[in-house]
Amino acid sequence: MHPAFSVVFFTTATGAGYGLLALLGVLGGLGFIPPDFWLGLIGMGLALGLIAAGLLSSTGHLGRPERAWRAFSQWRSSWLSREGVASVLTFIPAGLFGISWVFFARTGSWVAIAGLLAAIGAVVTVCTTGMIYASLKPIAQWHSRYTLPGYLIFSAMTGSTLLNALLQGFGVGMRTVLVASLLVTLLGWGWKLATWRYNDRQEIPTNANTATGLAGGTVRSLEWPHTEENYLLKEMGFRIARKHGAKLRLITQVSAFALPVLLLAAAFVLPKPFAAVVCVLAATVQFAGMLVERWLFFAEAKHTVTLYYGR
Amino acid sequence: MTCLPAHTDKRLGLVIDLDTCVGCQACVTACKEWNTGGHMAPLTDIDPYGGNVDGVWFNRVHSYEHTTEMGGRTVNFPRSCLHCETPACVTVCPTGASYKRASDGIVLIDEDKCIGCKLCSWACPYGAREFDTDVGVMKKCTLCVDRIYNDNLAEEDRVPACVAACPTSARHFGDLGDPSSAVSQLVAERGGVDLMPEMGYHPTNKYLPPRAHTQRAASVAAPALEPVRAEGGFLGWVDRMLSN
Repeated sequence: MHPAFSVVFFTTATGAGYGLLALLGVLGGLGFIPPDFWLGLIGMGLALGLIAAGLLSSTGHLGRPERAWRAFSQWRSSWLSREGVASVLTFIPAGLFGISWVFFARTGSWVAIAGLLAAIGAVVTVCTTGMIYASLKPIAQWHSRYTLPGYLIFSAMTGSTLLNALLQGFGVGMRTVLVASLLVTLLGWGWKLATWRYNDRQEIPTNANTATGLAGGTVRSLEWPHTEENYLLKEMGFRIARKHGAKLRLITQVSAFALPVLLLAAAFVLPKPFAAVVCVLAATVQFAGMLVERWLFFAEAKHTVTLYYGR
Repeated sequence: MTCLPAHTDKRLGLVIDLDTCVGCQACVTACKEWNTGGHMAPLTDIDPYGGNVDGVWFNRVHSYEHTTEMGGRTVNFPRSCLHCETPACVTVCPTGASYKRASDGIVLIDEDKCIGCKLCSWACPYGAREFDTDVGVMKKCTLCVDRIYNDNLAEEDRVPACVAACPTSARHFGDLGDPSSAVSQLVAERGGVDLMPEMGYHPTNKYLPPRAHTQRAASVAAPALEPVRAEGGFLGWVDRMLSN
């Protein structure tokens, strides 16, 4: 599949934004993170900013963005429509929570409920994003049980690393958040390795024989219907060289998982200002690494239409 | 609504005979010609006379070499929308632009509602939908809805343009939901198949596989010539003299 930057950035940014929003909503609303104007403003600003930037970026993928409002109508059948509805609805409790927590330093009672609802909305929205991909049968690498948990884990991972960087940056670092972000990053690493392993060994029942209805033997593409690449090949026939794929997987592992783990571990032993620096660095490197991971998620996915072209 | 109809009155579709298709591309050009002025018009061409030709086509004919233990053969393979019974291209549509008609099962796009998110083309395993980069919306085969119900055409012309154009009658149009229809009987008789049945989209269009190889193939070489008998007598003498 063609890795369009608008969609790569969209899924990565909203994943991190909703992860951070969910954590702020729960921990802030219940008072575990004491209300602080600048911490709250930057934290909520970062979460909602990432979400809004991601959603805006996704409209860049549209042929007719001025009609995007129509996408809220088909929530009964379409995961993309559900994602649109869930993302907009989440802004309501998130806004209420943000205003009262940041500007009025309130916690508990209805602020906690608003925070909790924002967290639920965030989780639901990430689920709908994951399901857009997981529900597509023609792409075997996406239509697997690894896709939805992957989206949730990576959202929690980038969200918690961001929250940790924020808390450390304001000198109110919490050991539990540091430990959690380290553990979720390790979990994300394991999940990505398991996903790649599964995809590489997957036996896909669809082949050139079933695609053409010609049973038995071999079916070899002799001639394409057209001389140049068409929409189908540009959009779904994207191929990545095997050697580049291996390198990009290594870059993903180093930047999204290994380096953040080392930096977060270093935060345990380093004195305060340096701990904050490495935590911010960990979150930044991980976000960049996740962009590579998401690029690969698209580039390594093979659509069944490529079978008609002998690819 | 992009929810699918529980039942369609008819299941209009095509039956494509891979045995008789000669890959002449007549259906491709007839489709383009009709539809660039039809229901989903225009079928935009980008840089048609340049080096990077691109454009929207509803019907594309591939050629394959199918090799089995019985031998190899070339199979020409027209590929277009199969008007599936459970088309995921419709249910994934976030705007309601894609729909399947309850009356005849034809899958269509309302171009005025399409936002061009391209998700339907990802959901189609057959590559039936093509994006028009010029107009910014998705396009697909309409089964020539503007021909098959068109009272302005003579009755025999009320078939999709690809069917009307086929010089070898490799394309047939009819109601595949009616077991007594000519197309249904043809499918039953020739063992018509679904493409990618494992996907579970239940395509309406059927493909008739090429007929089995037979032993009564036409002999290619003429019988060997008799050896020329050496002539004797006067003519033999003349032959020998002239050969020297």
